[in-house]
Amino acid sequence: MSMQQDLAPTTGDEVIQNYTINFGPQHPAAHGVLRLVMELDGEIVERLDPHIGLLHRGTEKLIEYKTYLQALPYFDRLDYASPMAMEHSYVLAVEKLLDLEVPIRAQYLRVLFAELTRIKNHTLNIAHHIIDVGAMTPPLWLYEIREDCMGFYERASGARMHAAWFRPGGVHQDVPLKLLTDIAEWLDDRMPRLFEDAMSLVVDNRIFKQRNVDIAIVSKEDAIKWGFSGPMIRGAGIPWDIRKSQPYDVYAKMDFDIPVGTRGDCYDRFMVRVEEVRQSVRIMKQCLQQMPEGPVCSDDRKVSPPKRAEMKQSMEALIHHFKLYTEGFKVPAGSVYVATESPKGEFGVYLVSDGTNKPYRCKIRPTAFSHLQAMDFMTRGHMLADTTAILGALDIVFGECDR
Amino acid sequence: MSHSAPLIKTPEGAVAAITAALGANLVHLEQANGEVAVHIHRDSLVESMIQLRDACEYQQLMEMAGVDWPDRDPRFEIVYCLLSLTKNHRIRVHIATNEENPVPSVTGIWPVAGWLEREVFDMYGVLFSGNPDLRRILTDYGFSGHPQRKDFPLTGYVELRYSEEEKRVKYEPVQLAQDFRNFDFLSPWEGADYVLPGDEKTGEGPGKGATQRMTAEEVKKDPVKPSSPPPPTPKTTDNTTQTGAGKAANKEAVKRSVRKPKATGDKA
Repeated sequence: MSMQQDLAPTTGDEVIQNYTINFGPQHPAAHGVLRLVMELDGEIVERLDPHIGLLHRGTEKLIEYKTYLQALPYFDRLDYASPMAMEHSYVLAVEKLLDLEVPIRAQYLRVLFAELTRIKNHTLNIAHHIIDVGAMTPPLWLYEIREDCMGFYERASGARMHAAWFRPGGVHQDVPLKLLTDIAEWLDDRMPRLFEDAMSLVVDNRIFKQRNVDIAIVSKEDAIKWGFSGPMIRGAGIPWDIRKSQPYDVYAKMDFDIPVGTRGDCYDRFMVRVEEVRQSVRIMKQCLQQMPEGPVCSDDRKVSPPKRAEMKQSMEALIHHFKLYTEGFKVPAGSVYVATESPKGEFGVYLVSDGTNKPYRCKIRPTAFSHLQAMDFMTRGHMLADTTAILGALDIVFGECDR
Repeated sequence: MSHSAPLIKTPEGAVAAITAALGANLVHLEQANGEVAVHIHRDSLVESMIQLRDACEYQQLMEMAGVDWPDRDPRFEIVYCLLSLTKNHRIRVHIATNEENPVPSVTGIWPVAGWLEREVFDMYGVLFSGNPDLRRILTDYGFSGHPQRKDFPLTGYVELRYSEEEKRVKYEPVQLAQDFRNFDFLSPWEGADYVLPGDEKTGEGPGKGATQRMTAEEVKKDPVKPSSPPPPTPKTTDNTTQTGAGKAANKEAVKRSVRKPKATGDKA
């Protein structure tokens, strides 16, 4: 009011002032350390400027100073909601430069755990999306599933999150048979029960639909222009999935469907993720049925270290072990761009090798970067309260976005 | 093809179509590791990209990467990764540039390039003409330098901490408690292209591609702490009054007593 008096407007004029607010970086709905500078007209978002980089740790620079094997655990720390999916792109890139064959059992194990990771990631994202728009019970049930997934992670790799289990040439260790049977039982009984229970509370819920349907509609053209991938591009109605179109490991042998959205709004993106969880269950069951016995890591001793028991007996194995864990292996000079379908979208690694034991350049293509950039145009004209729903449906993790 | 990385088949005639569409703008086309990479002239970037998007159906720009090659003449390489959703194919577009010559922005073709160019600018200092919002993106507010350049040290130049006394975040020069260790694994037996330490006979500087070894002097260390001021009174122990020990004891008392063996019944 004081401003109006100062400016002394002529009769009939109204002083309209846009309102700039700062959202985050420490906010429970910011999904990490996102800072949004929002220009509001009343409650309508006029412009939105995401400030990122608050979690920048220089991963790409650090990788240039590490051997290929030492660089692997950095990938777990990128998208900490889906660690093994991050490792997947990297090991495939290294294997492509080496032209290294991976034993078939290792490929099945990787696909099995990549899909487990997808369930783990999607349950987290679905839970957060739901909690962002106001429901409390389904997230608690979904966290049960996530907890189970982390238990399986621990039984396979020894770590609940930062697994470092995928290695160039295969996986680090074989899994016990009991783990596979437990996963199969979990997929048959506990997992669908928990998941469908939680979903029955949400998918047809009137309030949930009011908060999500017709919010932030993205057309197919926009999805292509803004470099969307994963559930974001499928939510916009484009049936694009790297697992189907450019299959890696044993995805070519898997039978699964690709859900697509019809309207391209937040609800579609949410439902695409819900259906992807069910498809992941299908893929995991096929993996368990088809998985053969055999080695789980390449027997190329210039790349993958020998078994510890063998090392105690054989001098040659001891030398290989020592060389691989000090000097590491050398990768032929060249460059590749390898992208896989991570739960959040296309996660790529552009790897340049100069023929030494360290990557010359390792550029990581985060999924969140292009999705978050598009948030400005997706949010314009929507209410302030919708930003949380839009952000929830983007599925952003800042470890990956900021690297 | 024995690796299991994503299967990308180059469609029949795709290479010829790209060559035809780019025409004179193409420097050379390279096929390695099952991937197609085209090197084009920097100035014709926008024109070439429109050709690639419209004539060759590479609809999506997925990624932009910068690479620093300090030995090359245009020092930086910018790599654009394009994806064709209709032909199910990927190509990479490479251009070369340096600090002075700006790269034409492709934000007009793909709005997603906005942030990708900001990142390359932030990390390498490459300028993009036509990008409406070329700010830093990943580094700190007020950061100086371009961290992904090969001559930028891994540790950086400044570190920050919260100062409890001043109640604010303080920026200070990096101090390493321990030297940064960078091991040289390039085997000298396999024709290393640099002067081995101690082998100064050649008299030439390190060759191309030599790893940058940090000498102990180059690494910033903890400054030598100024020694603590001397105590107010000099501490000497020349005589007993200074030690506070008092007078010397009786001379007999100082002697070590010799314990006599006990007389026992049987002899050993």
